[in-house]
Amino acid sequence: MSSHQISVTINGEQHTREVEARLLLVHFIREELGLTGTHIGCDTTSCGACTVLLNGVPAKSCTVFAVAADGAEVTTVEGLGNGGLHPVQRGFTEKHGLQCGFCTPGMMLTSKALLDENPDPSEADIRWGISGNLCRCTGYVNIVKAVQRASELMKENSDG
Amino acid sequence: MIPPSFDYHAPDTLEEASRLLLANPEAKLLAGGHSLIPMMRFRLAEPAALVDLRKIPGLSGIREDGGSLRIGAMTRESELEKSDLVQSRYPLLADTTRVIADPVVRNLATVGGNVAHADPGNDHPAAMLAYRASFVAAGPSGQRTIAASDFFTGPFSTSLEEGEILTEIRIPEAGPGSGGAYRKFERKVGDYAVAAVAVQLQLDGGRISGAGVALTNVGLTAIQAGAAEAALVGSDGGDAALDAAAEAAAAAADPTDDHRGSADYKRAVVRVLTHRAASSALTRAREAS
Ligand SMILES: Cc1cc2nc3c(=O)[nH]c(=O)nc-3n(C[C@H](O)[C@H](O)[C@H](O)COP(=O)(O)OP(=O)(O)OC[C@H]3O[C@@H](n4cnc5c(N)ncnc54)[C@H](O)[C@@H]3O)c2cc1C
Ligand code: FES
Ligand code: FES
Repeated sequence: MSSHQISVTINGEQHTREVEARLLLVHFIREELGLTGTHIGCDTTSCGACTVLLNGVPAKSCTVFAVAADGAEVTTVEGLGNGGLHPVQRGFTEKHGLQCGFCTPGMMLTSKALLDENPDPSEADIRWGISGNLCRCTGYVNIVKAVQRASELMKENSDG
Repeated sequence: MIPPSFDYHAPDTLEEASRLLLANPEAKLLAGGHSLIPMMRFRLAEPAALVDLRKIPGLSGIREDGGSLRIGAMTRESELEKSDLVQSRYPLLADTTRVIADPVVRNLATVGGNVAHADPGNDHPAAMLAYRASFVAAGPSGQRTIAASDFFTGPFSTSLEEGEILTEIRIPEAGPGSGGAYRKFERKVGDYAVAAVAVQLQLDGGRISGAGVALTNVGLTAIQAGAAEAALVGSDGGDAALDAAAEAAAAAADPTDDHRGSADYKRAVVRVLTHRAASSALTRAREAS
């Protein structure tokens, strides 16, 4: 059993800790750093509730060892808005893109990455893009509307 | 669930990785971790040590060179999805990548891991058999190339020797008149196949001069359906040849009853998917002529 000193930049802030090799990134984020916006919804890498941006790319943090994230940049839902609400968060608020909210942090991070890559996605692109994130409440209809609204807001921001 | 304890190593070179594997017989390589970590969480795998490949340079990338498409073992599925080269010239590979797991998993899952894991449910092995791909392995006695047809020896087992690491996958370069398709039937996004079929064809003067047909998740390993290939080769790809290939593929399948369906049902799925995959491969091969 080995333990390792790791340094991970989370939401712009660097954190250095000694961790056991088997510690999962999601537990590092929730338990070591107390950032509980990243959720755990399954044991099978299926639900996407634990999605964070790992070097800008959506990743299921329940299936990454914290040691393997040494040197990485991670964004969690706490780091999504910069002071205020991110357009994706505003989209989810305005279009009721959530009910219980359990899937929402992961859903929003996946949506942000999708919009960064494809600012004007079709409904099919959105449904395809979020297909690794499960929602048990909304039936996805309002999530799709929320992402469409976020896309509009992001365009307004970049025009203005 | 919490995985069992292990020693973690992240070497900078293949030589060091290979040495670590030989020094720790209970060690395993870690690539994207998206098969291994779930198995460790369920304690289906309890490796004493993990040797992470992430710091070794030169293990990822996609390029054509020396008559092959070369894919580094650590190339992520999402990189295949975003590669213009793969999307425009290797339709069988493009089809396969798109139906592996889900978009978030594909950001970390590697092509090498998919092949080396050799789960009968993994989708790349059948595509690689149909392509007549080969795999480059580096180990204590240097580098060697293994044909896909010699690689998959059983469920979760391959012909990689102790201390060997898969470094590259080579697919014969696409030329005029080549085309392929992968057709998978799954219960929902992110699930392993009920059954899936890979077909790769080569046309020569309107006739099929070469065919690869292979099946996913209907046996202990991916299955190369030689009789289905034989039914296609020499034909013009008409309905009679496609029907014969579909029958032969269904006969080559060796499925069991499980939560994804009965053996008879899966054989019927193989028959239908072989027809569809061959028909689509033919259209694409004609377009590439
Ligand atoms: C929810 C979910 C759904 C999935 N659905 C599908 C699906 O539909 N189809 C499908 O094909 N796959 C599916 N997968 C599996 C996924 O594609 C895996 O990530 C992949 O099979 C293994 O790749 P990896 O890089 O994650 O390998 P790892 O998990 O890191 O490794 C897997 C095994 O391969 C060995 N290995 C890895 N790289 C090498 C190498 N270079 N040389 C030698 N040995 C090596 C490791 O030691 C280990 O034993 C799914 C996974 C999840 C979590
Ligand atoms: S907790 Fe479900 S995918 Fe990570
Ligand atoms: S809002 Fe409840 S799971 Fe999505």
